[in-house]
Amino acid sequence: MHFETIDQLQAALQTQNYVADRGLATAVYLALKLQRPLFLEGEPGVGKTEVAKVLADLLHTNLIRLQCYEGLDVNHAVYEWNYTRQMLHIRLLESRGQQAQDVELFGPDFLLERPLLQAIRHRETAVPVLLIDELDRSDDEFEAFLLELLSDFQITIPEIGTIKATRPPIVILTSNRTREIHDALKRRCLYHWIEYPTFEKEVAIVHAKLPHAPAQLAQEVTAFIQELRHVDLYKLPGIAETLDWTKALVALDQQALTLETVYDTLGVILKYQDDIALVQDATAKNILDRIKRK
Amino acid sequence: MSTPNSGNLLHNLLLFGRLLRSLGMDVNPGSMIDLVDALQFVEIGRRSDFYFTARSLLVHRYEDLLLFDRAFALFWQHPHRKSAPFGVGERPFPTPTPPNQQTNKPTNQYTNTPIYQIHATRTYSQREILRHKDFSELTADEAQTVRRFMAELAWELGQRRTRRHKMGGNGNHLDLRRTFRHTLRTGGELLKWPRRTPKFKPRPLIILADISGSMEPYTRLLLQFIYSLAAGLTQNVAAFVFSTHLTHITRQLRSRELDRALADISRQVTDWSGGTRIGAALKTFNYDWGRRVLGRGAVVLLISDGWDRGDPDLLRREIGRLHRSCHRLIWLNPLLGSPRYQPLTRGMQAALPHIDDFLPVHNLASLEDLATHLAGFVVRGKRPFRPKPTGAAFVKKS
Repeated sequence: MHFETIDQLQAALQTQNYVADRGLATAVYLALKLQRPLFLEGEPGVGKTEVAKVLADLLHTNLIRLQCYEGLDVNHAVYEWNYTRQMLHIRLLESRGQQAQDVELFGPDFLLERPLLQAIRHRETAVPVLLIDELDRSDDEFEAFLLELLSDFQITIPEIGTIKATRPPIVILTSNRTREIHDALKRRCLYHWIEYPTFEKEVAIVHAKLPHAPAQLAQEVTAFIQELRHVDLYKLPGIAETLDWTKALVALDQQALTLETVYDTLGVILKYQDDIALVQDATAKNILDRIKRK
Repeated sequence: MSTPNSGNLLHNLLLFGRLLRSLGMDVNPGSMIDLVDALQFVEIGRRSDFYFTARSLLVHRYEDLLLFDRAFALFWQHPHRKSAPFGVGERPFPTPTPPNQQTNKPTNQYTNTPIYQIHATRTYSQREILRHKDFSELTADEAQTVRRFMAELAWELGQRRTRRHKMGGNGNHLDLRRTFRHTLRTGGELLKWPRRTPKFKPRPLIILADISGSMEPYTRLLLQFIYSLAAGLTQNVAAFVFSTHLTHITRQLRSRELDRALADISRQVTDWSGGTRIGAALKTFNYDWGRRVLGRGAVVLLISDGWDRGDPDLLRREIGRLHRSCHRLIWLNPLLGSPRYQPLTRGMQAALPHIDDFLPVHNLASLEDLATHLAGFVVRGKRPFRPKPTGAAFVKKS
């Protein structure tokens, strides 16, 4: 699937129930056109990971996901030799009185492909989407390793040689900014910061994702969350929380927000005791009054 | 952008790139080529598309977004309102060191080169006196000497066991790759079991310094102390100062010269010698910075005299949160140097249960003690531990 204009891509994302603003659509469009990795940053729960999933669906291709964590190494991210099979192979040959050769032992049959190698060695006609999620959780060593991969789309395995992608995968990297990613890595990518959405956009997202939610409920929940983002909270609720909350209220058969249900379900959107105490105090009532007046 | 003379576009783009670079943004010829490449694919007549294209290719730091926006608005404005693109943004242009310093230096009148002077080191006894003299009582000349001694102190901070392993040693993890290699040599017999051991890395250091009115006699020397600490440690150091609000000064500390760094900091900070609201400052830190800089077992140095005019409950809550999210919280108090001092202020009382170490910082000797104390955290192989919060934190007086 090819997109000729940014408008076309934006509309296509909409069909997948992903509401992207012009800035994000431009960044994604350019990532596809220039075949450059796209680096997405933003507060938790604004739909960074979702971009990759939607893109894979849209292009009818595979999503290869690598969740980062501290200490993530080549053996878990790129490749590993299947030692058990190698051992069995040696024993088998031995029982026949033969000697194993290096070339066969370190051949493709014994290679376990991890996400990054899969993305480079894909065999399908459609280029896969490679999602490197929460890069800020990994450490400097892994970041340095990514430099080679992201600039040349190639991986070097000592026993086999250098493997280069015939067509580079579409790469999306995400970060929650729990630490700064090194400039050298960012320089190889397109960068986009995803903001919290405007009220209209967020209502559109709720409608797209949860078409069965009552219109009034969706409006009120969104307005409430939008107001909450101006309160001095330790952890602000993202779009993911808006959707979760709407889902929860639909499950409770609510048609509109009431103070009682807000109190009962605060745990869905706020995850810190201090924040819950603060909102329960008087803030929830004030916000609700303001919304109802509109 | 819809000017008929599109030959100017390339020229203007390059000028724009130069403007961004002069503002301190990381824009190189490579990214400009990418931008020109990318513009083939977008409708540049549409201002927003042009803007987003340029932004996604030229900006890769959140902090630079605002700067870029301003530069963009100014540079690509309508030609009728044309004005020279000066005075954009807040980042100061590099300024040379003040001329009076250079003119004061003696110069060789023939070659016109400065004559280098070697500072005569003070005698032992003088140094001993200086070591124990309170920072607030130093004369300008003595402060200069103390500065030099400060730069000579060697700093070492505890190490943290990372989740990454390296070859060798006799750790708990088997190195399967090398085990298999050995097996090949012995024809399929497992004789050797090479292992992998955890890697250690220095802990990040966070410094929060009080620059309110009551701390004024110490401020200048403490900033120098922070500078020499940041320069002397290899790991990540993030520094903040506060009196009524919190200011991030890590970038300024990276300057190679102390005087330049101090000048940059004084320009950045707007609340010198103001009142103290430690609780509020810590809250800003916890909410806006904590999650970004406190990861990976950080050690926090809080420098303050504890004279807090804010709400003690807020201070208690926020210092508790800070304490729970760092590896070790060290409070440095210049007043602790006085033998009569008791931590009785409301602020100190609220904070004490949440402090791991309570140490003086009022003279050179106390800084040397601090260096020894920090170096003592180097517990390799052991898991981090924290003494039970008994309410009576470790108090050390010199």
